[in-house]
Amino acid sequence: MADMNPVRTPMPSQDPDIRRRNFDEVTLGYTEEMAVAEAKRCLNCRHRPCTGGCPVGIRIPDFIAKVAEGEFEEAYHIIHEDSSLPAVCGRVCPQERQCEKYCVRGMKGDSVGIGRLERFVADWHVAHGSESVKKQPVNAHKVAVVGAGPSGLTCAGDLAKKGYDVTVFEALHVPGGVLVYGIPEFRLPKAIVAREVDTLRALGVRIETNVVVGRSITIDELLEEEGFEAVFIGTGAGLPSFMKIPGESLKGVFSANEFLTRVNLMKAYREDSDTPILRPSRVAVVGGGNVAMDAARSAMRLGAGRVTVLYRRGEEEMPARKEEIEHAKEEGVEFMFLTAPTQILGTEGNEDRSKNGFVRGVRCIRMELGESDASGRRRPKEIPGSEFELEADAVIMALGTSPNPLISRTTHDLETDRRGCIVADPETGETSRPGVFAGGDTVTGAATVILAMGAGKKAAAAIDRYITEGGKG
Amino acid sequence: MYEILKREELNSSSTRFRFYAPYVAGKAQPGQFVILRVDENGERVPFTIAGYDREAGTVDVIVQIVGATTMKLNRLREGDRLASLTGPLGNPTRLDGLSKAAVVGGGLGCAIALPIAQELHRRGCCVHSVVGFRTKDLIILEKEFAEASDLLTVMTDDGSSGRGGLVTAGLEELILAGNTYDEVICIGPPLMMKFVCLLTKKYGIKTTVSMNSIMVDGTGMCGCCRLTVGGETKFACVDGPDFDGHLVDFDEAISRGNIYGEFERHAYDEACNLLKKEVE
Repeated sequence: MADMNPVRTPMPSQDPDIRRRNFDEVTLGYTEEMAVAEAKRCLNCRHRPCTGGCPVGIRIPDFIAKVAEGEFEEAYHIIHEDSSLPAVCGRVCPQERQCEKYCVRGMKGDSVGIGRLERFVADWHVAHGSESVKKQPVNAHKVAVVGAGPSGLTCAGDLAKKGYDVTVFEALHVPGGVLVYGIPEFRLPKAIVAREVDTLRALGVRIETNVVVGRSITIDELLEEEGFEAVFIGTGAGLPSFMKIPGESLKGVFSANEFLTRVNLMKAYREDSDTPILRPSRVAVVGGGNVAMDAARSAMRLGAGRVTVLYRRGEEEMPARKEEIEHAKEEGVEFMFLTAPTQILGTEGNEDRSKNGFVRGVRCIRMELGESDASGRRRPKEIPGSEFELEADAVIMALGTSPNPLISRTTHDLETDRRGCIVADPETGETSRPGVFAGGDTVTGAATVILAMGAGKKAAAAIDRYITEGGKG
Repeated sequence: MYEILKREELNSSSTRFRFYAPYVAGKAQPGQFVILRVDENGERVPFTIAGYDREAGTVDVIVQIVGATTMKLNRLREGDRLASLTGPLGNPTRLDGLSKAAVVGGGLGCAIALPIAQELHRRGCCVHSVVGFRTKDLIILEKEFAEASDLLTVMTDDGSSGRGGLVTAGLEELILAGNTYDEVICIGPPLMMKFVCLLTKKYGIKTTVSMNSIMVDGTGMCGCCRLTVGGETKFACVDGPDFDGHLVDFDEAISRGNIYGEFERHAYDEACNLLKKEVE
């Protein structure tokens, strides 16, 4: 009989007043007792609505049942059948919009903490489980994976498990993609990502960092000269957007990508890092997604006195994970909803000219929500005469990203849509070019880690079919 | 990978490194750049490619010691390895269809201008090079420029060697002497490029400049290297680094270039102190 407590087992976490100034992980994870207690809240519904809400279809009630029995390693194996990065997804998936959204317990009280349980199981496995990774005998087929982010790593792992000779090409000096350059340490410790990458290497996957496909080598060359029979493109959506408002070139205006890359990938918050970073005291972050939350909370941790998120719609419309918004609030991040910047103001007139051209504030305008647009969201419109100025010495633009055009520009016969996304079959990842598959943000535009992983998985299966069926001919 | 095969001090503050980097060497063309990290804690710093050998798999970079990272780099010896070297990045300089060109280099910019002069020369284009340095001791690559140019003017700010004055004076003299150039290709400090562009605009000569903006990833991801060209925002790493010099907002680019001035001064002083301690 399930435990009918309507309240979810709370997640232990660092005290907000302490964590707002450090980069250690915010949430500490369930203990075994907490996990078992939370697992017992699951009703094990026969129609499994949670699994239907999971982009990779994890058998959620089954793994939770194992947790309730204290069979944590078995729970891990159930998750691992469908997800190759459970320790990552347990931390970064927007569960309240996926599995947990459909949880029957959520109709009256809190839904089961599925994400928290997934994370517990993955972490338990690392601490106690026996690593059963076995290098498969390699078949004679070479596959190249471009980009070592969530989709690429998943695709590479699945192919290696099938015996393929897989090489992953990564442009940056560390594999992980958005998991290392984008998502901060306090939300996803980089040691977890490194461990997942090590597992892949143990499977026999070769990872070549510092290779920019499209520049150092092209897809055409991989297929025609380097002997790869198929290529998977999982290069993500890395190109930042700006607002095209006056003052965006001032010093102190950053894309969230730049700010987060300096902090996460380059570790600029640490004394021993050579990478410079501005340590602003009054920060405005523009945007309402997870990236905006990450930027705001990172700025706080760098020592900012005040951090304000400017979002042109209301709190209800914010695309960020609920937990991130709550955590940001607890840490003292302020929110100005229905507010949009119209101009960034800079310092000028200083005798020492090197002190000119820095951000000193943001001119904003209040918005109200009007008619619904094509996406069903109510369109924000400006309220005339409502302009005001906000003091700031840094502005971080977290407005979304689009795919990097480097590969589509340098690959023959690769079809893209008008947003620059590679056109690929959602079920197989097949592109307009035989032997070239694609998935993740480079196909969908900026989305989630779990969707990218799902795409990598489907593409791995399709590549296997393509090669075994001799699709090359 | 990334081993230093050759290290050669060109003058008191510039060193030429030859790195083993076959991926980069296989594709490099004049005008492109690499991003390197000296060690695991190192920042990612862009350097324009100063030469390459496809067969040997090597890439040359000329480094001027201006800050903590370049000082660290300069302390490496032959046989040492970089933590990483990525490239080639950016678009190659477009050299098609030129029959007479002026290549203008300033200071370390000459390291980048040289492969362009050499490639133009190889293609049979008439090359007039104007290279400028602060003073005699800082002159680099004079011999190589002489070989790649139909006419070479060396300028020093203080007149200690070659002609006294700035590259703009040298270039204007050539123009006034009746030389007509299809294009001026200019690489150097942004202030120098700004004034060369003002000059060539006056004479209506198309001018290409190479922008050495601050970068992090160098692949279009961070937007740190953005600059305004003809009223539009461009990324030096993927849209450039070459741009039509008459359209570049140099004042903005110069301002953006000093964003980390304070940080760098501090890091440089610390690096100097460390070095001093080691010497003691």
